[in-house]
Amino acid sequence: MKKLIRMRYTKWFNISRDGLSRNNPIVISVLGICSALAITNRVDNALAMGAAVTFVIIGSSLIISMIRNFIPTRVRMITYMVVIAGLVIIVQFMLQAFFPDLYSALGAYVGLIITNCIVMGRSEAFAAKNPVKFTFFDGLANGIGYTYVLVLIAIVREILAFGTVLNYQILPDTFPTWQVMAIAPGGFFVLGLLIWVMRDLTKNYDEEATA
Amino acid sequence: MTSPLEIFFGSILDHNIALAYILGMCPLIAISTNIRNARGMGLAVVFVVTLTGMINYPIYLLLVRLDVAWLNLLVFIITIAATVQFLEMFIDKFFPRLYNSFGLFLPLITVNCVVLGVSLFFVNREYSFVETAAFSFGSGIGWMLAIILLAGVREKMARSSDVPKGLAGKGMTFIVLGILALAVIGFTGLASIQ
Repeated sequence: MKKLIRMRYTKWFNISRDGLSRNNPIVISVLGICSALAITNRVDNALAMGAAVTFVIIGSSLIISMIRNFIPTRVRMITYMVVIAGLVIIVQFMLQAFFPDLYSALGAYVGLIITNCIVMGRSEAFAAKNPVKFTFFDGLANGIGYTYVLVLIAIVREILAFGTVLNYQILPDTFPTWQVMAIAPGGFFVLGLLIWVMRDLTKNYDEEATA
Repeated sequence: MTSPLEIFFGSILDHNIALAYILGMCPLIAISTNIRNARGMGLAVVFVVTLTGMINYPIYLLLVRLDVAWLNLLVFIITIAATVQFLEMFIDKFFPRLYNSFGLFLPLITVNCVVLGVSLFFVNREYSFVETAAFSFGSGIGWMLAIILLAGVREKMARSSDVPKGLAGKGMTFIVLGILALAVIGFTGLASIQ
């Protein structure tokens, strides 16, 4: 028990809490929303996107953390871009080779991982200043924090829009499916409500609201 | 066969890049607290998207001819970064007044997904040059329309409405965006883009 309490003060614990809840990339920081909304009308798309983004975050954080002392500050942004773009091209090839269906479902949104602010943000805010072992863990925590929110949104949208989860029938055929959940507005509404729930549960309100 | 004009109007309204394809959300939410800034950001996006769309098209043809089309991501992102950098210096030097209205937003645009998104979409949809130009310009205008609408609503709401504490700020912005996206769906069928 004592050991558990001491855990709360370690850097490991803080990194994982930041990624998973306190500074969750989607719900609290609201970064990387484009892909989070565009592809979450099916749970399998959300899982694939989450895995791809996690891989890119971990990979880019590791590489940048390793070379952080050699990058001149003036060209750091473009260096991050090139590292991230290289990893995204790898992801694209992997998806094309092993999961061609998912690849065509995700379409251009795989390429858009490059401009996902989470990846860039973690490189700039964390990987550029921290040793490799912490960056790996930070990348993992943020990747998982991103994936579980994506999957939550996707579950709600897929049940309401198609009556299924991962293509298993959940709701009876007589249920009138909500077309709107399969397209953009559904994504906006579900994310808005999810942010409301998460912020009320964690009592972590937007600074705009208290100002 | 869709005409360039149809593509242009389609990408402003029923295929709006922000409200139907959900691209460029980070700046859309961060900079839409007042109309002035929203207009500046919108103008900057229109400029950059139109330019990079037209620059990336011949480069993509070159890549296809050299049989390295899979490098397109890397090449596009470098072209975009270079174009933005160049445009910023150019406007700063020759149009200082214009620079004050939207130059500040230019560096942020490199990581705006709209810009890369437009370049990837014309590849996926196999557009010709004229269609690409119409599509990029239309998408830029469409994004500007979305951010100005959102900023207008948010400006009014900040003064007059009582939003629950947990929903205020970003949460409420998403609900407003959802309603705007529903409005755009009203235009479905205007253009048949695929």
